[in-house]
Formats: sequence, C-alpha cells, structure tokens
Amino acid sequence: MEKELRLMKGNEAVAEAAIRAGADGYFGYPITPQSEILEYLMVAKPYETTGMVVLQAESEVAAINMVYGGAGCGKKVMTSSSSPGISLKQEGITYIAGAELPCLIVNVVRGGPGLGTIQPAQSDYFQATKGGGHGDYHLIVLAPASVQEMADFVGLSFDLAFKYRNPVMMLSDGAIGQMMEKVWLSPQKERSKTVPEWATTGKPPTRERNIITSLDLDPNAQERFNQKLIDKYNLIKEKEVRYEEFQCDDAEYLFVAYGTSARVCQKAVQLCRADGIKVGLLRPITLFPFPSKRINELADKMKLILSIEMSAGQMVEDVMLSVNGKVPVYHFGRMGGIVTAPDEVVEFLKSKIIGG
Amino acid sequence: MTEATGIKEIIKPENLVYKRTKIMTDNVLSYCPGCGHGTAHRILAEIIEEEGIQSQTIGISPVGCSVLLYNFLDIDWQEAAHGRAPALATAIKRLLPDKFVFTYQGDGDLAAIGTAETIHACNRGENILIIFINNGIYGMTGGQMAPTTLVGMKSSTSPYGRDVKLMGNPLKMTEIVATLPGTYYVTRQSVHTAANVKKTKKAMRKAIQYQKLNKGTCFIEIVSNCPSNWKMTPVESNKWMEANMFPFYPLGDLKVPAEETTK
Repeated sequence: MEKELRLMKGNEAVAEAAIRAGADGYFGYPITPQSEILEYLMVAKPYETTGMVVLQAESEVAAINMVYGGAGCGKKVMTSSSSPGISLKQEGITYIAGAELPCLIVNVVRGGPGLGTIQPAQSDYFQATKGGGHGDYHLIVLAPASVQEMADFVGLSFDLAFKYRNPVMMLSDGAIGQMMEKVWLSPQKERSKTVPEWATTGKPPTRERNIITSLDLDPNAQERFNQKLIDKYNLIKEKEVRYEEFQCDDAEYLFVAYGTSARVCQKAVQLCRADGIKVGLLRPITLFPFPSKRINELADKMKLILSIEMSAGQMVEDVMLSVNGKVPVYHFGRMGGIVTAPDEVVEFLKSKIIGG
Repeated sequence: MTEATGIKEIIKPENLVYKRTKIMTDNVLSYCPGCGHGTAHRILAEIIEEEGIQSQTIGISPVGCSVLLYNFLDIDWQEAAHGRAPALATAIKRLLPDKFVFTYQGDGDLAAIGTAETIHACNRGENILIIFINNGIYGMTGGQMAPTTLVGMKSSTSPYGRDVKLMGNPLKMTEIVATLPGTYYVTRQSVHTAANVKKTKKAMRKAIQYQKLNKGTCFIEIVSNCPSNWKMTPVESNKWMEANMFPFYPLGDLKVPAEETTK
C-alpha cells in the first residue's frame, strides 16, 4: 500500500498516525493546545475499525494511570497533553518508568510556569529530559519539527518503547501541534497480536504469575534495579541518538535548536549566510539521548555555539556539557508563548560575534 | 488402635473440612495478628480457585497495608500508585474485555486520594470489581486519620478524637457509589465471624458472575479492624468494630440488580 498525502494539523497527524500505527489505546483529557488529538480520535471512531480503545478520562492523572494499566497488558497505548497536564501525569510517568512499561506520551508544550499561556513554548525541556517525576529515570524524548514528524514519530516511539521497555515522550509544542502542513501518512498497520512474556493477561498454568510493579522494599535489590535502568539508559545513549545537520560542513558558528526553534533557525542560517556569516545548524531529534558527542566534535571547528530555545535556557545546559568549555556557548530565545523570529536570532549572533 | 492408625483415620479425605487454597502462595502474610486482610485475601483466593478463573484474572493491588498483595495470590498483578487502581482496571478491562479484573483498596487509597478515580470508574460503569477494605485508619503509615475515621475516634493525627469542625466528617463512599447509575451491585460486608466470612464469599461469587454480564461496576466494602493502630487486642477490636463501626457503616446490600429483587 502506498502512503497517503493529507493536509493536517500536527495534533490531527498524531491521532491519525496512532490509528495507522496499530495503537491499542488512547487515554486523554482536554487541554489547549492539544485537544484536537482526542477530538480527532472521537470523530474517527477507531474502536469500530481497528478496535483501538479511545477514552476521555476524568483527569490527566487518571489518563496516565490508564496508560499504565494498558501498557502492563503489553498493549500499545498512549496519552497526550500539554504542559500543566503533563505535570499532573508525572506521578504516573515515574511509576511507568519504574515498572519498565512501554508507552507514548505526547506533550504539546505551552508556556509556563503554572497555568502560564496557551501559546507555544519549549520550557518543559528539563522536565522531559531529566526525569520529570521523582527517582532516577529517563524517558526517551523525541522532538518533532514538522507535522510530518509528528506523524512519523508515533510509530517510531512505539518501536523504541517496546524495544527498551521504556516510556517515550514526543516533545512537541503549540506551534507544530496547531499548524497545518502536508503530511504523508503510512498505510494502516494491523494491531499486534503478540503478547510480551512480561504482560499481565491472566496467568495460565504454563508460566509463573506476572507482576507489574515499581516497588522493592529491599534496598540491595532496589539498587540493583537502579543499576539495571542506568545500563539501559547507557545503551539507549549508545544506540538511539538522532539529529540532523544543516549547512554544518563549512560553518564557523553553530546553532543548536530543536522543534519549532529549529525551523526558525533554518531561516536564520540562510539570513546569516546572505550576510557572509558561515553558520550551521544542528537539530537534535532525540533530546534524550542528547547528541553530545556530535556537538563536541563540531565544537572543534566553531568560534561559538548558540543554543536557541523558546525558554529561559534549558537545553543550553546540555549543549555546555557537550562542548565542555571548548568554545563559548550562549542561549537565546523568546519566552511566554512568543516564537523567536529569525532576524532576532541573527541580531543576537552578530552582537556576540562583535562583542565576543 | 495405635496412635498412627488414629491419625490415618482422622486425615481421611471425607474428614477434611479446611485446606489451603492453591491460589495462595507460600509467601508469609505481612499483616498484624488479628487483621482482617488475611481473611479477605483467602476468600478471594478461594473464589478464584473455585470458579476456575486463575488464567482469566488480573488483580490490581493498592498502596497501603495490602501493597504486597501481589505476593500472596498466584495470579497476574499490577501494582498501582496510591488511589489509582480503578484507572488501571478501566484500561485493562477495556483492552482485555474477556478477563476478570478487580482492584483491592483500603480506605485511604479508595476514599481519600483515589476518590476521583473510584467515582468516575463506577460512574462509567466499568465492568470491574472493586473490593474496599475499610478499617477507618491508615494502617501502613502508622495509624493516621482516614477519610472513614469515625467522629471522636482517636488516631495519630486526630489524637484527641476526630473533631468534625476541624477535620470534617467521615465519608461513606459505598453509599455514594450506590447512587451512581454505573454500579450494578454494591454491598457492605465484614470478615470477623464465620457467618460473615460466608456472606462475604457469597458476595464475591455474585460479583464474579455479574462481571460476566457486562452490566456495570461491582463494589464490595468489607468493614474491617486494625488491632495495632486501634491499640486493642484482636478480640477487643472486633467487639469495638461491631459496637462503633457497624452503626455508622451498616452491613448489607446497598444496591442489587433489578433482576434479583424481582425474583
């Protein structure tokens, strides 16, 4: 079957891609700017076609715990929300990480803190990449920069989630969630009939009972489990780093930006190059694992590196750790729901070149 | 007759009145002497064995004294965060509609932190069984006031007795869920006497039958004791429960299927 071309919002693309990826269940709660995901699924009624369960929960807390329950049965399940709702889900997310369950959590980020704004932001980077809930854990974090990637990353997220028995977060933002672009949709995949050996589906006489839990009262056993998680995260860091480079070959200056900011920076690179400033862009696609090694390599030939985020400066800390003092690293970006403009980025870079 | 042949007489199969159910594991129960949890576990285990549904059953254990419940019954389990068991059960039952799905929750778990999950699962009429152990206190954390602690009852966080002006009223969750259209069978039982054990077992058997009908949530409250945190002997605690808990939490059915009442 061939791919199908549609004009869609990023949020709609996530919903349609979930059906086509053979997802077993979606559990959500309305919040701007991502409510189209739940709305689209309710209109599409996949429970009548593929058998995918769709349920509007009583809260984000309930929705993420439904994801826990479904994932514990070995099913491909997901939820989506936006920043304040993702904060509510953190309890469930840490339990899911602790029970090593695969699932997809979509965060269509809006500005904060608190109720903040409903406009796009990238101020949940720390929460997404450093754990978010309590305890030592990581999500695999994918950062789409287009409607196409919002669709493509659904299937990829499920693949990674099941490969590593680890929750995956798609860290989008209000701009990509709301904007319409053309998107090539993959053909419908069958829902999986395979049951993972750890899933709770009722204990047959042929196997031991399966227990999904994140509890271990024995500190020695708990520490061994913590070490097991670290080993898994190290393997993920080794195998799953994804990034994209744009005009880095001859660059003397480097932008590092993900998601909407990466789209802005593509334009900023072009504007700089028209002025004779050789700038390149590295776009992390995975925020955890972070492309530290590649940024460190690129730092060798750069005069300075600029991290562009719609936040007060969060990813810049990972860029600094990656660069490890080789060259100056700066942060620039608008906040509060304002999307950084390309010429603002260019002006900031110029001020640092002159000032530097 | 020698002593050995005497024992042989006694252990004849026809003389057997009580045996270990296969669904209980070899793990040692983590409960205080006299606690009702062990009895409630055993009833559940017996029912699962007698109904032959071990391979069909998925249980959700709570946070509280029975947090380690998954160690005691030989079935598939998921351990929920505090109060969230009905949300897990909702998804499990919807994704595996042919399975028997139940939660087992204490009063803090179900009636305080999990109030929203409980009410909404019941109101949606999820085809699950909720077993609610109400002993009016937070046992595992050392005897703090629960949403179901009686007025005037002492706990470590109501050391002078529950004062309604200061701490609010005890919550009758079972009465609340009985009013919801999504519940199919709601009953309140106890496990402190042999007669009550029989009644509770009968209620659990009904709930399993009802779940097969897909007609809504079954909800069984078991009013129970907490000798350690009530600071009583097991016998005293059962007497205190009868004298104080039962008047406020009266035993019996709160909602029975319409088909049953017309019989």
